[in-house]
Amino acid sequence: MIRFLAQRTAQAAVVLLLVSVIVFVLLHQLPGGPARAILGPRATPQAVEHFDHQQGYDLSLPLQYVHYLGRLLTGDLGESYKLNQTVTALLADRLPKTLVLTGLSIALAAVLAVPLGVLQAVRRGGIADHLLTGVAFLAYATPVFFLGLVLILVFSQRLQLFPAEAPQADTVGGILSAPSALVLPVVTLALGIVAAFSRYTRSAVLDNLSEDYVRTARAKGQSNARIMARHVLRNALIPLAGLLGLYLPTLFSGALVVESMFNYPGMGLLFWNAAQGSDFPVLLGVTLLVGVATVLGSLLTDIAYAALDPRIRSVS
Amino acid sequence: MTAAGSVNASASVSAAAATPGLARRALSVFTRDKPALTGAVVLVALMAFCFLGPLIRPTDQTHTDLSRANLPPGSPGHPLGTTDLGYDMLGRLMTGGQTSLEVGLAAGLLATLIGTVYGAVAGYFGGWLDAAMMRITDAVLAIPALFLLVVVATIVTPSKAVLILIIASVAWLSPARLLRGEALALRGRDYVHAMRLMGGGGARAVFRHIVPNAIGTVIVNATFQIADAILYVAYLSFLGLSIPPPAADWGSMLSTGITYTQVGYWWLIFPPGIAVVLVVAAFTFIGDGLRDAFDARLQRLGRNG
Repeated sequence: MIRFLAQRTAQAAVVLLLVSVIVFVLLHQLPGGPARAILGPRATPQAVEHFDHQQGYDLSLPLQYVHYLGRLLTGDLGESYKLNQTVTALLADRLPKTLVLTGLSIALAAVLAVPLGVLQAVRRGGIADHLLTGVAFLAYATPVFFLGLVLILVFSQRLQLFPAEAPQADTVGGILSAPSALVLPVVTLALGIVAAFSRYTRSAVLDNLSEDYVRTARAKGQSNARIMARHVLRNALIPLAGLLGLYLPTLFSGALVVESMFNYPGMGLLFWNAAQGSDFPVLLGVTLLVGVATVLGSLLTDIAYAALDPRIRSVS
Repeated sequence: MTAAGSVNASASVSAAAATPGLARRALSVFTRDKPALTGAVVLVALMAFCFLGPLIRPTDQTHTDLSRANLPPGSPGHPLGTTDLGYDMLGRLMTGGQTSLEVGLAAGLLATLIGTVYGAVAGYFGGWLDAAMMRITDAVLAIPALFLLVVVATIVTPSKAVLILIIASVAWLSPARLLRGEALALRGRDYVHAMRLMGGGGARAVFRHIVPNAIGTVIVNATFQIADAILYVAYLSFLGLSIPPPAADWGSMLSTGITYTQVGYWWLIFPPGIAVVLVVAAFTFIGDGLRDAFDARLQRLGRNG
């Protein structure tokens, strides 16, 4: 187990380093260099030179990268061009709000997906199974923003049940105190992942239903409901929890779209606004953060699987 | 013949060169597999609508006409209504669809091409080269594609060609991983050993043996890649980072629709939205059918990943 841990962690560390290289390279692909991006196209050559010297952009690239990495390790991601705040402070403010949005969406998605998946597995090949499979296919093909627009049209404009704008509060508590404004963003993001989760539940339950212990439990006269709850679901749902680690990129991308649609004050909206205003330190800071989160998410998933299932350790 | 036909045709040609019978299997999918047939029919219909439609029913999609803005469907001369700038919705759906389909198809195929060669090289040569190449894919894959796309689209102003390059540069990762797996399995085969003994080099092994023998996987993956690329175009345009107006595609049409949700202009939203869903679902159904036919052991990798 220790060997597996060490190997897998070393691999993740290499990937993290490469992620930082990618972000660094992107920073240096800016049109006219970072100085032009900040000072504008009309800055004098002297001003550009002064800025480059001040920020260390006149050093050799490898040396710049080492400096960049050093700043990263101290948590310094630079300063926003537009918002007069450090990127770290902005992220610390926005990330918890995005976590609230994604957390609620995951919970809602699980509540919807698990019963649907179980229903499909139990009624395999039946009308409900075929119907839900078809719906899942369409859901895969539906962009999150189209779903969101339809929900806004129906529930906000036509029925006037929920507002089309997310809660506009500075604190996480303030956001949670406006639940009706949270409904549409959370439902939009959740529906985007229900299809994947229910497909997964369906196949995991089907796999487990054919196991020997299910036959044994049946032979002992246990009811179907009890077998499902006590045996099958327990075995099927542990990996589903692990699936979350692998779904981080999807969730972050979904949050980016949903937040910019509903004006939800999270990290995705911060990123989108930064893209509109060419605020590169913020853009790259968020990119780095989601990259790191993704690497750590899949690392933790692998470790969790290995801890639960000894066979995985030896295979790698 | 539409592009759908030519995709299948070119796929069949290369498949036929590799293993006779593969082409027939690919075609027989559409006679046996109902969802795949439905997908193909929908795709051909949409292609005809987007590329032949404007020839039959030409509309002005460059000059705005504010006196005829936001007309509801059923207005005289505008069966699907008009947009906020007075463009005919039905006509815009056609020209916008051309952009979505062209960029999606080209980016998906380019990504498949890059990924196939990259993965085959990594898997065939193995060792430290493989390890290094695969860590690079891990790193690019770690940054969610949409974020990477937005950053790159902010740095360079997209045109159609740039958009194709941007999307392909992000989307080649999953075919690369798949092909690496195939190459790892194929490089130990006797015919590869025999070729090496006869003095064949690495390039010959990759292009004459590894890639042709993995062609089923490549074709199936290409259909999924195209579906994903069409979605990426839509996402980027929706976020306002695509080809600037008056050009349009289904994603940017949806993004103008968001401004008018509160006044209930539903016809700005449903036509392009449904079009995206239809075309992506069509490619997915076709890919699923082909996968069953080729028995390619591949799972769809997570989208947006």
